[in-house]
Amino acid sequence: MYELKFNEKVCATCPTYDCLVRCQYMDIDKDTAKVEMEKMINGQDSFVLHQCATCYACEEYCKRGNHPFYLITDLQEKKGVLRMPKPLVTQSVNLAIPTRRDIQEFYGATEPAISLCLFPAYIDSILGKLFEDVSIILGRHFFCQLMYLHFGNPSLIRERLPGIIENIARHNFKEVIFFHDECYSTLTSYAPAYGIKVPFKPIHLFEYLYNKLKEHEDEIKPLNIKVAYQRNCSSRLAPKKEHFVDDIFSLIGAERVARRYDRENALCCAGVIRGQQRYELFVDVQKRNVEDMMNAGAEYCVFNCPACFDSLSEAVAKKGIKPIMMHNLCKLALGEKPAGWK
Amino acid sequence: MIRIHKSLAEIVGEQYVSNRKEELYIYSQDPGMMEPHEPDYVVMPKTAEEVQKIVKLANEEKIPIVPVGGSLSLSGLIIPHRGGIALDLKRMDRVLEVNEKSRYVVLEAGVTTGKLKAYLERNHPSLRFSIPDAPPSATVVGNIVIHGQGRLTQQYGFNSGMVTGLEVVLPTGEVCKIGSCSVGPYWFSVAPLPYLAGLFLGWFGTTGIITKLGLSLYPRKKMRDIEMFLVEDPNLVPDVIHRVTHTEMTEDIFIGAQPYPPVFKDIIMIGICITGDSEEELEFKRRMIWDAVRTHIDSREGGFMMLTPDIKLPLLEMPTTGTTRFADVMKGGGFEYCGPIIPVEKFPEAFKRLLELSSKYGITYGMTGRVIGRSHCMMFAFGYPFNRADPDNIETTKKALHDSNVASLDIGGVPWKPEVPAQKMVMERMDKNTLELMKRIKKLLDPNGIMNPGNWEAE
Repeated sequence: MYELKFNEKVCATCPTYDCLVRCQYMDIDKDTAKVEMEKMINGQDSFVLHQCATCYACEEYCKRGNHPFYLITDLQEKKGVLRMPKPLVTQSVNLAIPTRRDIQEFYGATEPAISLCLFPAYIDSILGKLFEDVSIILGRHFFCQLMYLHFGNPSLIRERLPGIIENIARHNFKEVIFFHDECYSTLTSYAPAYGIKVPFKPIHLFEYLYNKLKEHEDEIKPLNIKVAYQRNCSSRLAPKKEHFVDDIFSLIGAERVARRYDRENALCCAGVIRGQQRYELFVDVQKRNVEDMMNAGAEYCVFNCPACFDSLSEAVAKKGIKPIMMHNLCKLALGEKPAGWK
Repeated sequence: MIRIHKSLAEIVGEQYVSNRKEELYIYSQDPGMMEPHEPDYVVMPKTAEEVQKIVKLANEEKIPIVPVGGSLSLSGLIIPHRGGIALDLKRMDRVLEVNEKSRYVVLEAGVTTGKLKAYLERNHPSLRFSIPDAPPSATVVGNIVIHGQGRLTQQYGFNSGMVTGLEVVLPTGEVCKIGSCSVGPYWFSVAPLPYLAGLFLGWFGTTGIITKLGLSLYPRKKMRDIEMFLVEDPNLVPDVIHRVTHTEMTEDIFIGAQPYPPVFKDIIMIGICITGDSEEELEFKRRMIWDAVRTHIDSREGGFMMLTPDIKLPLLEMPTTGTTRFADVMKGGGFEYCGPIIPVEKFPEAFKRLLELSSKYGITYGMTGRVIGRSHCMMFAFGYPFNRADPDNIETTKKALHDSNVASLDIGGVPWKPEVPAQKMVMERMDKNTLELMKRIKKLLDPNGIMNPGNWEAE
């Protein structure tokens, strides 16, 4: 019942076809890109559907406001193109079914409220000066569902998302901070693309962190460190918030090293590529990414997404680069020690 | 009664014998579902000589003796069904020798798996043994006596096959050595002598009391990792196991399936552990394993899941605590399982029977399995968590366990460490001459029938 707002005319007049030409995981020239996009717009099969790493980047590469990635994923589902093995799909679908433990409605939650999505392990990190008086909501019934873009079943997102939005809206929050920018992007990019209404204002974590750091600016002790920033897939859906990464680094004295695979050219953490069972590509992407960080002299790898952290932190740590989540890096700048930090 | 108590006290010392009600209560049961029965005395000897004297006394008085280790079999193998002496071996807890070059350890019967693990890590970090996924208070000898399995079972077979020597107090009181240690000072092997160890392994203490054990140790690699392969179709499991074991690259292979929490629903997990002394070695093995199951990946019927650190680390624990957590999923503190040894190709049928029983009795299940040898067979656990405070739940779980034993035998398997009723089921189906041989051996070794009576007792 929710249809993608995709403008075929915008695509037909595109001078670059950057959506596919700039893809980091397929080698596609402009002419081929045009042909393949036309095929997909007409609902036909394309090799793109089968080779897509589902990294979301084409949404950002498209500067004309169209939704090439949502088009691809909808067509993957329609054509039954299974990018993940069936049991992994089953597992992911079941993952978001609320259990008795989830149905704790967080009745006492008040604003400012932060949604921790499905990351209970991070509860202990929502402490300190940055999160004073913040209420937490957490659980499967607040889970944004966007990950099904990776699993070839995006219709499940549209099926579940209105209920999730309702679960959050029930608290009558005017604004909600989203710890995971996948949730933020779901509500600010995916939902509007399909005409799903969001009755509260989503706040990006980095915007919140920046504003809180400003409040405590006189307490910041510059870190004087060199950092690499690992973008996550859903950050491609919220490119307007990317400047907060630089703004925060500037405030806390972290130098973002210049490297090949950063900003729009960022490489995926490769967790999803591994899930697609493309082991060689997984190893290659992680290797290139980490070597790029090392060559640029990064001392820290700063993560936006907990899933990226899980996927890539071991690989960077083995090369002597310290993995850290952005909010924990901010805490260090305020002289606070994140939970488990050594 | 007073006379026997006094005699026992003269052997072990007053403080190590008891007939106090609260202590008899503890020794009347294990954490499983078998009916409790109290012993008349609890004795804790310190030496084989003390064990010998107790056995001689028991023979004179015709009192049953039940050797007790960690009491964790869950099938009531240490329940004194006819009273008598509960012979708790936990004071005999010395690690006597580690031979680094010939890779074996000699230890006393009360040494726990936790103690041996810690001892080796501290003193011989290049060596390890096949740690079972039992709590660390399980004794090494107890695990051997029940043909236990552990983390090295896929590579080297049943843990009982790792025995290099035994010291046994026979039911008539003689102390007997088995293996190379019976000829010379070394405990390196039970071969090439006649295989007398078989008179005591799998007999649950009905043919003698093991007081010392020689056990093979194995190289401990610096690194361990795990891959988790998922399938939905149980019919694929034997082929996956076959392909992975063909690589000879794996340490442990275990299988799990359970409906709760929902993330586990409708999938079967095959955990594949690898070890290495370098990243390169691990990576080589990992690639071999991925290549081995490529056909199932390409068909999209199976695939490796990404293991986040919070999932991976518990899976790599030795012993794993994950089983314990699942054991209390009903929040009633009860867990019981029937874990037959089955041919690997019978996995789909066993799994089907488990689902049928779970549905029939309206109870949840937890299937765990472990590959034994290079796919020579596997342990398949029909596991049932239950609520100890719910009598109806207990009753249905008992019925499900009974039916699981029947199913195990029906599909060609053999119940592992079976409780007394299941032992009877096994013996009913056993070849008559084999059963007669067991009876003769038992009679020959234990003419007064004092050793753990009730177990392996043919009509």
